[in-house]
Amino acid sequence: MATYPQRFRFGNFVASIIWLILWILIIVSLVGLPLIFIILFYLPLPPVNGEVLTPYLFLSMMVDPTRTLPILHFIIHTDLFKVAVFPGFSFAALLAAVTIFVERKFLAKMQLRIGPLYCGKIEGILQLLADGLKLIAKEIIIPSGADKPIFWAAPIAFVATAAAVVALIPVAPGWVAADVNVGIIAVFAILGFFPLIALLFSWASNSKYPFIGGLRALHQMIAFEIPFFLSALSVVILSGSLNLTDIAKAQHPYWYIFFLPISAFVFFISSLAELERIPFDLPEAESEIVAGWLTETSGMIFGLIQLGSYVKVYALSALFVVLFLGGWAGPQIFPKELAHGPTAGLMGLLTLQGVYNGVTVNAIFWFTVKTLGIIMLMLLPRGISPRIRIDILLHTGWYKLIVLTFINMFIALALIYGGILGPGGLLTAH
Amino acid sequence: MEKNLEHQIDESEKLGMQIVKESEDDRLMTLSVGPQHPGSGHFRFTIKVDGDYVVHCDPDPGYVHRGEEKMCEYRNFIQNIPHLERPVIHDSANITYSYSLAVEELVGIQVPRRGQFIRAIASELDRQIYTLYWLAIYGIFLGHSTMFMWPTGDRELFIDLMDALSGARVTHAFNIPGGVRNDIPDGFKDKCLRHISYFEKRLKEYEDIFYTNPLFIQRTEGVGILTKEDAIGLGVTGSVLRASGVPYDIRKAEPYDVYNEIDFKVQYMKSGDSLARAYVPLLDMKESCHIMRQLLDKMPESGEVRAKLQPTPKGPPGEAYRRVESGRGALGYYIVSDGSPKPYRVKISVGSFRNMIALPHLLVGSKLADMPSVYWSLNYWPVEADR
Repeated sequence: MATYPQRFRFGNFVASIIWLILWILIIVSLVGLPLIFIILFYLPLPPVNGEVLTPYLFLSMMVDPTRTLPILHFIIHTDLFKVAVFPGFSFAALLAAVTIFVERKFLAKMQLRIGPLYCGKIEGILQLLADGLKLIAKEIIIPSGADKPIFWAAPIAFVATAAAVVALIPVAPGWVAADVNVGIIAVFAILGFFPLIALLFSWASNSKYPFIGGLRALHQMIAFEIPFFLSALSVVILSGSLNLTDIAKAQHPYWYIFFLPISAFVFFISSLAELERIPFDLPEAESEIVAGWLTETSGMIFGLIQLGSYVKVYALSALFVVLFLGGWAGPQIFPKELAHGPTAGLMGLLTLQGVYNGVTVNAIFWFTVKTLGIIMLMLLPRGISPRIRIDILLHTGWYKLIVLTFINMFIALALIYGGILGPGGLLTAH
Repeated sequence: MEKNLEHQIDESEKLGMQIVKESEDDRLMTLSVGPQHPGSGHFRFTIKVDGDYVVHCDPDPGYVHRGEEKMCEYRNFIQNIPHLERPVIHDSANITYSYSLAVEELVGIQVPRRGQFIRAIASELDRQIYTLYWLAIYGIFLGHSTMFMWPTGDRELFIDLMDALSGARVTHAFNIPGGVRNDIPDGFKDKCLRHISYFEKRLKEYEDIFYTNPLFIQRTEGVGILTKEDAIGLGVTGSVLRASGVPYDIRKAEPYDVYNEIDFKVQYMKSGDSLARAYVPLLDMKESCHIMRQLLDKMPESGEVRAKLQPTPKGPPGEAYRRVESGRGALGYYIVSDGSPKPYRVKISVGSFRNMIALPHLLVGSKLADMPSVYWSLNYWPVEADR
């Protein structure tokens, strides 16, 4: 019978991943590292460790690779690195790519399908790359009568806004691109731009279906933004801070999800609505309004909006982790200090003497694991749920979720005034 | 003349169709749904929306009209079969079944008993294939992608059986005047029973993931209610009629071939909303499994499957009208013969077209978001309606 899916052989999957990693390592060491050294040769670098980087010094670095570690240390602590690479956009985009792949395979297994299979030989792991190349190669069609500046600007604004949310999320202590004291308010302020972009884009594309989709996005935002704020407000009440790093630190012994499960639930539902994922994908409802506000998108305009929405998935899952799951908290499974091995030579570079920080690595690991878990939960409704109707959606947002958040706010206040949490509370870490 | 028009307007208002004047049109938005809309199929209807409410609906079928009825007049009775099943390629056993019945009546052939059973089995298998396809599209129309994949996959169970039976996955040309094209292969009965029992387990899972889903019930309950009187008045048929509380099934009302020997219940529901129209096909599928078991049980072990016919059969001048219960309801053929090997006239009465008439009646006053659930619950297959 053709209904049976092909058997998933986990051993082969792992083996092929190991092969891939091996090849990547070989390519990096043969091509990548020399390339980096050549590029560094031409870059004007500031004095590091009291030494000005000269070509002679660089040659000495090639003899003793551990001498590059201070430079590495310097680079990863620059703001540019934080914004562009690690807690910022590249990390989010990488996780978004992982999300897309996992979503495809996970949904396929759920629906007795196989999913991407051939591209990249290993369970279709390079399918995303192929899709990306296809989207870049495609022609961008702009409908006649469209408002061209906004039509071009909106997808870029969408990705930029998603990246702006990512910049506010602390991944580990001290590892945040913008550590602002009103972090949570800033996050909500930025999230408020998304429906505006959707509406502008749909209006600019001069078509009926996008226009209905844009209006739906606006309705959805108004209905779900208030429970979204209020569910985060009870967290703020408990932690006494608006700074996301402080909120994560305040959950030191006990995570807030144990005290505020309803709030976490409301936050999760509202973020699904904010992300326009099934069952709340009304602005993109295919069978009713073609593709909603994305109807007129083509080529890389569509690609950018998809990238932005998956970065947004990461951002909101990370926000859930920071607010309710204790951020980066978790048992220390990485060694705090690497054993004193060779301090010079290639081995010294590989063990990252002086750069490695066990606490940070551990924090990043737990944060990523928790975020991926929440992302998996967000993918799940797509396989089990039909689309909701707009009036039921508004009813859910305005009547049910707001009441639930108020209940939870009273629970939070009771916890504070009962002396259980808060400053000097029973369960607060001393 | 004017009086007649007013009368018509009154009649259509009674049926829920509002007449919208162009001058009041400013606040209304006209949306064209189809034929290139993901939620329409080969069909187009224009709707006018006032905010989120549909105030006017104008179905416009005919995009896939192929002139099947006219084509019949240039071919003889046997040559007609392969092109007549094209309108519903996944329910081809039923659309050729009633044609065969009508031709047999005209020509005067008696089908062998074993042939009658195999014909009924083929038509039940095709009913399952059609209904699963319908259910898959209903699932994706409501945004439930799992419900699209599962029935499309389980359809293969019955497609495999039909493949073993006739040699083709779809468009079998299997039911022909005089019986069936060939006898069943060895081991077909065991395979069929195995597939049916697996499929019955799957039907329970469908109920768990789709039919009992609170969001599905919220979206379909009380939506597009077709009352019993309206259903009879508009002349809908099949599962749509049965969902409105009329237990009418051609297999029971006018039993053809061996159906009077089969013990089965006509499944119906009383509420007449989209939920009932989605539920009745599921109940039908369960009942169909039951019917298939009985057919396999009662089938004679051996014998002729096809009556001997001339190469170009012809009968005396006359007319015949025979109908069967297809996946979409009553499917009838009216054939007039002038005594030549080719039919003089062939008219096909299909369930799809009769169900489509209820669309404006149900859609007006409902929300735009209800459009897919109401439209597809009408068990409408555009290609069949256009013929």
